[in-house]
Amino acid sequence: MSGIRVLVGTRKGAFILTSDGKREQWDVDGPHFGGWEIYHVKGSPVDPNRLYASQSSGWFGQIMQRSDDAGKTWEAVGNKFAYEGEVGEHLFYDGTPRPWEFKRVWHLEPSPTDLNTVYAGVEDAALFRSTDGGQTWNEMAGLRTHPTGPFWAPGAGGMCLHTILIDPRNRDRMYIAISAAGVFGTDDGGKTWRPMNRGLVSEGIPHPEAEVGHCVHRIAMHPSRPDVLFMQKHWDVMRSDNGGDSWHEVSGNLPTDFGFPIDVHAHEPETIYVVPIKSDSEHFPPDGKLRVFRSRTGGNEWEALTKGLPQRNCYVNVLRDAFTVDQLDPCGLYFGTSGGQVYASANAGDSWEPIVRDLPPVVSVEVQTLP
Amino acid sequence: MMIRVVLPVHLRTLAKSDREVQVDVDGQVTQRSVLDALEARYPVLRGTMRDHVTQRRRAFVRFFACEEDLSNEQPDASLPEAVATGKEPFMVVGAMAGG
Repeated sequence: MSGIRVLVGTRKGAFILTSDGKREQWDVDGPHFGGWEIYHVKGSPVDPNRLYASQSSGWFGQIMQRSDDAGKTWEAVGNKFAYEGEVGEHLFYDGTPRPWEFKRVWHLEPSPTDLNTVYAGVEDAALFRSTDGGQTWNEMAGLRTHPTGPFWAPGAGGMCLHTILIDPRNRDRMYIAISAAGVFGTDDGGKTWRPMNRGLVSEGIPHPEAEVGHCVHRIAMHPSRPDVLFMQKHWDVMRSDNGGDSWHEVSGNLPTDFGFPIDVHAHEPETIYVVPIKSDSEHFPPDGKLRVFRSRTGGNEWEALTKGLPQRNCYVNVLRDAFTVDQLDPCGLYFGTSGGQVYASANAGDSWEPIVRDLPPVVSVEVQTLP
Repeated sequence: MMIRVVLPVHLRTLAKSDREVQVDVDGQVTQRSVLDALEARYPVLRGTMRDHVTQRRRAFVRFFACEEDLSNEQPDASLPEAVATGKEPFMVVGAMAGG
């Protein structure tokens, strides 16, 4: 029988949750790296026993960890993230120029084809790559040195590169997203990049339809249709049908279109999920009801998924990297909250159960579907 | 010279070391030479106490010895004689901050 391994990053350590394919009984293992912030843990599609973890603290900086036995043991690998060449400056919150300064790794994206290649999205926003299993990291500097770089500015959580999508048809085609610069794409394996933010409208920035400056919270793609992209922007749920060349809004009947994560059903490329949050100033669900919203039409028409989720007095948040889907049928969904709960649905969102309730605040959730 | 160094708990965990370790320093005993020796013995600690590139002390890492805060001393200034002779340890401390 197949198995499921959920990799949870929290403010105070990592946890590994395992179950068989029924997804009813769960074992909870952890904390790994207790006391450290774990922004992301992700497994290699090439070998599911190979895990990468981003471990950081305000005191001791960035540590990178690698496991070759599914998290039973870990090895600290390289943690030197040095920007290439002239570091340059970007805009700070107050509009003044500020030199790029590495702070932490937000997101890890292991290569779908090479065990030892892994990409890292970092704050201050840049993309790094390792081809030796994380021992050494080199910046893909064509992104940060894009002519718009001096105009990028941090979102409230920092100027982070938080999403990395690789086109399964063409590995040289990638998309990344930065808060608050927007989406960028490459067709040449990361040498050159172009902004892909046409159609985004962000009130509160000097030019609402600017080429860059948008606080994109997350983008998602179904591997069978890599030209269709979905986006949860600061406000607005968006969709592109032309590989990011242009976007249109699909917020439809959502109670609020602010939120962080967005994801796509494993087997239905027009079925997408968001977790609406009240507003940018009140990061909790509207009306104290924790609701995942599902659209089976690729947006615009949304239904609330509430069974098993708290529908009163709930004031948690779900961060951008804290929602994911497995590959089983029916598709399993998983998300973690700032209140330390990790919820799972074994039926594509129709009902939910908490796997664990009292972890530290959850930053990221990834899942591995095991043979 | 064998220099005694006391590590905070998170760095002990990373280094898989005891609370106090000893490192061999050739020549002048300074913050820089002690940290160089410490990082040479425990490469996993590189970047955790001072920035990889600038070599500046991380803001929430402090250095103490002989009941003195040496955090803002010049990296190449001599450490107290008691540290150089091994009578007192050089202490790496995580600042009290955060939650």
